[in-house]
Amino acid sequence: MATVEIRNVRKSYGPVEAIKGIDIAIRDGEFLVLLGPSGCGKSTLLRMVAGLEGITGGEIAIGGRVVNHLDPKDRDIAMVFQNYALYPHMTVFDNMAYGLKIRGIPKAEIRTRVDKAAEILELGRFLDRRPSQLSGGQRQRVAMGRAIVREPAAFLFDEPLSNLDAKLRTQMRVEIKRLQDRLGITSLYVTHDQVEAMTLADRILVMNHGVAEQIGTPLEVYQRPASLFVAGFIGSPPMNVLDGRIDDRGEAVLVPGGQRLALPQPRPTDAGRAVKLGIRPEHLAVAAAGFSIEIELVEALGADTVVYGRLPDGETLLVRMAGIPTVRERDRLTVAPQDGALHLFDAATGRRME
Amino acid sequence: MQRRVTFDNRLLPYLLLAPQVAVTLVFFIWPAAQAIWQSVHLQDAFGIRSEFVWFENFTHVLSDPNYLDTLKVTVVFSVAVTVLAMGVALLLAVLADSKIKGARAYKTLLIWPYALAPAVAAVLWMFIFNPDIGSFGRALRALGYDWDYRLNGGQALAMVIMAASWKQVSYNFIFFLAGLQAIPRSVMEAASIDGAGPVRRFLTITFPLLSPTTFFLLVVDMVYAFFETFGTIHALTQGGPGKATETLIFRVYQDGVVNNDLGGSSAQSVILMVIVIALTAVQFRFVERKVHYA
Repeated sequence: MATVEIRNVRKSYGPVEAIKGIDIAIRDGEFLVLLGPSGCGKSTLLRMVAGLEGITGGEIAIGGRVVNHLDPKDRDIAMVFQNYALYPHMTVFDNMAYGLKIRGIPKAEIRTRVDKAAEILELGRFLDRRPSQLSGGQRQRVAMGRAIVREPAAFLFDEPLSNLDAKLRTQMRVEIKRLQDRLGITSLYVTHDQVEAMTLADRILVMNHGVAEQIGTPLEVYQRPASLFVAGFIGSPPMNVLDGRIDDRGEAVLVPGGQRLALPQPRPTDAGRAVKLGIRPEHLAVAAAGFSIEIELVEALGADTVVYGRLPDGETLLVRMAGIPTVRERDRLTVAPQDGALHLFDAATGRRME
Repeated sequence: MQRRVTFDNRLLPYLLLAPQVAVTLVFFIWPAAQAIWQSVHLQDAFGIRSEFVWFENFTHVLSDPNYLDTLKVTVVFSVAVTVLAMGVALLLAVLADSKIKGARAYKTLLIWPYALAPAVAAVLWMFIFNPDIGSFGRALRALGYDWDYRLNGGQALAMVIMAASWKQVSYNFIFFLAGLQAIPRSVMEAASIDGAGPVRRFLTITFPLLSPTTFFLLVVDMVYAFFETFGTIHALTQGGPGKATETLIFRVYQDGVVNNDLGGSSAQSVILMVIVIALTAVQFRFVERKVHYA
């Protein structure tokens, strides 16, 4: 068990900078999720921690020891790959035992460790099989087992659930969470799936274009997104973003169409400033006064309903309502944000205005 | 999952198979049948009359001490060519598979020798190693080494082995490289995280995963060494000096075409065919067990 510290880490491919200085200290036993769209650099960062990619600038320390120039094998980490990366010519037992044999661990102990991992992962019946004789979920578990038996300082997961079907993914997500709670090993987990991030993480690092947009607990990231990017990436359906301007007295936001939304606290210093106004679909509710929308589409999801409305100026506004639909397409509806549900972002930089 | 293809027209499948069957009939079955027929006949020197002699040709060939020498040369030659061609090709393929500058050019250059006719390749080797006009041959002599493959049987055998292997390296290289590239990178990365260094990774991961390719090439190279090296030997040494580079296939030609002993030559070619079939069967029976097909 160990901490993982990433200090001002950069990665360049020639003139292209893929990672532009990431700083984060991961606590002992913490589950950190690296979340972002494809190409944001999250996998590259993980591979740099693993030692599979060189580090252009900055420092990575595992358990207080700088590992920049150490081989992957000397970093005391174990990694679970998206395509499992099992050794196809070895049995399940040998797949898990491979790393232990290399490290010269006595046979009897290898047996004990593999059996224990197999029991935790319910792989006992499959120890003599080859990976090609297993289902996707079972292969995934073997890959996890290979990581567990090593008892490493840190687990690295590179989109481990992406190759599974939706049902299995949910099931494995719960298993990973349980396993990490039980073993308490520091984990870095790369994903582009916000549900995985929200459910697994102690903290989430949201990445975009090689930059850390926000680092925080799942609820912090949801409740106080640090930028428009985070606001749009976390939450489903995504947050509504409208152009707005703070009025001359700094007491309300004016949105096109003449709406005036009172600010929770007056911001006299920002009077007259152009802003982006974010409102989550689940924080809009039917009201006597507010946004007047014409309903274009109603998506009934069972537990709740997503309404796609159009504002008078042509902008789309999403509203999420609990339960089965009570409105129909082409109905008119007036909705207003709940108290304190407004997010203000700087129109130029996209950063959150506190 | 197996898919059954069904044809509406009952003739069409036969028609589609016909070209392959025709080629096999004309270029394999017919000559092989002729060889077997001739191997039990004795022909006069003018090819006018022939007489059925049972297995006399075979007893003749097998009791000839020269024939056993030829067999020994063939074994040495075939094993050396197969090992050398596969070993060098695997080494080059591993190097070409790693990230190096100019890897594409390197790969293309390595594939070229395969496009050469064996005789042309042999002539190139002659121009390099001829003790009088060959650049390398003269250099060896200038250094005081008594190099003359036209007189020294061991040197001659070494040279035909090198020339024959060199031609086959290209072929093996392509297959090994394709095999290497089919191994997922993440599997190698997983092994390096598991603690395996480059040598151990090669021995415990790469090599086992290449085994289907290696096995295929083993069979192909052996058949190549037995049958297809005739051109190389013919152009370089004509089986000499003495009979130092005379392999079974070269002797078949020598006895049949040059010495006009069609019966004896046919008997030899039947024996050769039996040897290769037997060796291939042995490989499939015993070596293939250790092969892992993904």
